[in-house]
Amino acid sequence: MDIMQALDAIWSARWPLLDGFGNTILISAVSILLGTPLGVGVGLILSYGNRVLRFIVRLYSDFLRGTPVFVLILACFYILSIVGIQLSAFQAGVFALTLFCSSHVGEIVQGALKTIPKGQTEAAKSVGLTFFGTFFSVLLPQALRMILPTWVTTATEIVKASTLLSVIGVVELLLATQQVISRTYLSLELYFFAGLVFFLINFAIEKAGRFVERKVSLPN
Amino acid sequence: MTIPVLEITNLHKKFGEVEVLKGIDLTMQSGNVVSLIGSSGSGKTTLLRCVNLLEDYEDGVVAVEGEQIGYKQHKGRRIRLKEREIARQRAMTGMAFQHFNLFPHMSAIHNVMLGLIKTRKTPKDEAYAAAEGWLDRVGMKNWKDHYPGQLSGGQQQRVAIARAIAMNPVLMLFDEVTSALDPELVSEVLAVVKDLASDGMTMLLVTHEMQFAHDVSDTVVFMQDGRIGEQGPPEQLFHNPKSERLAAFLKNSKF
Repeated sequence: MDIMQALDAIWSARWPLLDGFGNTILISAVSILLGTPLGVGVGLILSYGNRVLRFIVRLYSDFLRGTPVFVLILACFYILSIVGIQLSAFQAGVFALTLFCSSHVGEIVQGALKTIPKGQTEAAKSVGLTFFGTFFSVLLPQALRMILPTWVTTATEIVKASTLLSVIGVVELLLATQQVISRTYLSLELYFFAGLVFFLINFAIEKAGRFVERKVSLPN
Repeated sequence: MTIPVLEITNLHKKFGEVEVLKGIDLTMQSGNVVSLIGSSGSGKTTLLRCVNLLEDYEDGVVAVEGEQIGYKQHKGRRIRLKEREIARQRAMTGMAFQHFNLFPHMSAIHNVMLGLIKTRKTPKDEAYAAAEGWLDRVGMKNWKDHYPGQLSGGQQQRVAIARAIAMNPVLMLFDEVTSALDPELVSEVLAVVKDLASDGMTMLLVTHEMQFAHDVSDTVVFMQDGRIGEQGPPEQLFHNPKSERLAAFLKNSKF
């Protein structure tokens, strides 16, 4: 393996690779930013919704978590167009990852809400807070602190799953790398490079997560 | 005759098939301090929790300042009020809990401010000043920026009491506020409650501290099997119990 040659190839392909990198970040960020609040909604309904709503959302969540993300992406891209919803590959991919993210966040939010003592809700009610007041001022801030480590893991899963968008033609980092390989035949070097970049993205997310965790941890 | 602060008539409450309150009648005027005593399972905590609808009740009426809590009569049927209405009614009373239930993610002063800001819509700076005043009243002003995890049980309970009285309730409910405390911390909390009582606060307490109930209340209610067994001034109940059940209960208590 000629390292100089590989570095040279990466350097000369820096713009398309950077484009791919940017797409990977964009796809992941948008999916996580949309999927998380949606997931909080899922967790809210799973915990406090009425029977009908709970049943529907339970089905939604179980179905999404029981389906490979790959299938989900293909389904969003090919099946939605059949029923008349025309999404670009990028939109369909982000849509699929958002759904995936929401189901996972929903489960961990529900789990966290379950562990908050009932006395918290009662105390909030006793000072006149409504259901939503109680949820947003008392329960959610506690639940979010609890889910933070697991949520970070979900975020890294989303980054990894974003590579699957390459199969529907979204030029994210992996597909951009493959396109460079098809010109240069430096597959080993470039796959290694792409792997390293993915690792660094997720490493940064983990570090940022730890940082936030320390920032919001409660003194005792 | 003024409207009683609390008027409970023929209150019935079931948990599933088990009837835990079997027709309670209780009236409290402004400034009254009433202690509920009795063995566990007699229904005293449930009774207290019906007053701010932390427990629904099946039959009878709980009225605070003449307003029925939780339900209204409509064409002869009993309808549960809307969530928002119930929330407003709950804020008429204040409650201190056995396990304090402070919000762990908020400092002491923010615990006290929450209800003022969210329920009373008090501007933040006013709420801060008010909360600071109440924390001072319970001797916790110097700990206002501490989080519940940094406070002792007695300190947490004092903050919790400040949180409740800051709402300026017409009636304070105390649910075994010292049962979860180490013995050496009990007195600091009881002192706060006593201070409020002497200030004319209307209070309904569930307590296992017989000496305290004796000293602070003007009426003591002995509950047995979901009914009021006996009630009257503390001297009468503690020194001259009519029923054998109460005599036996007092004998087994620390009093």
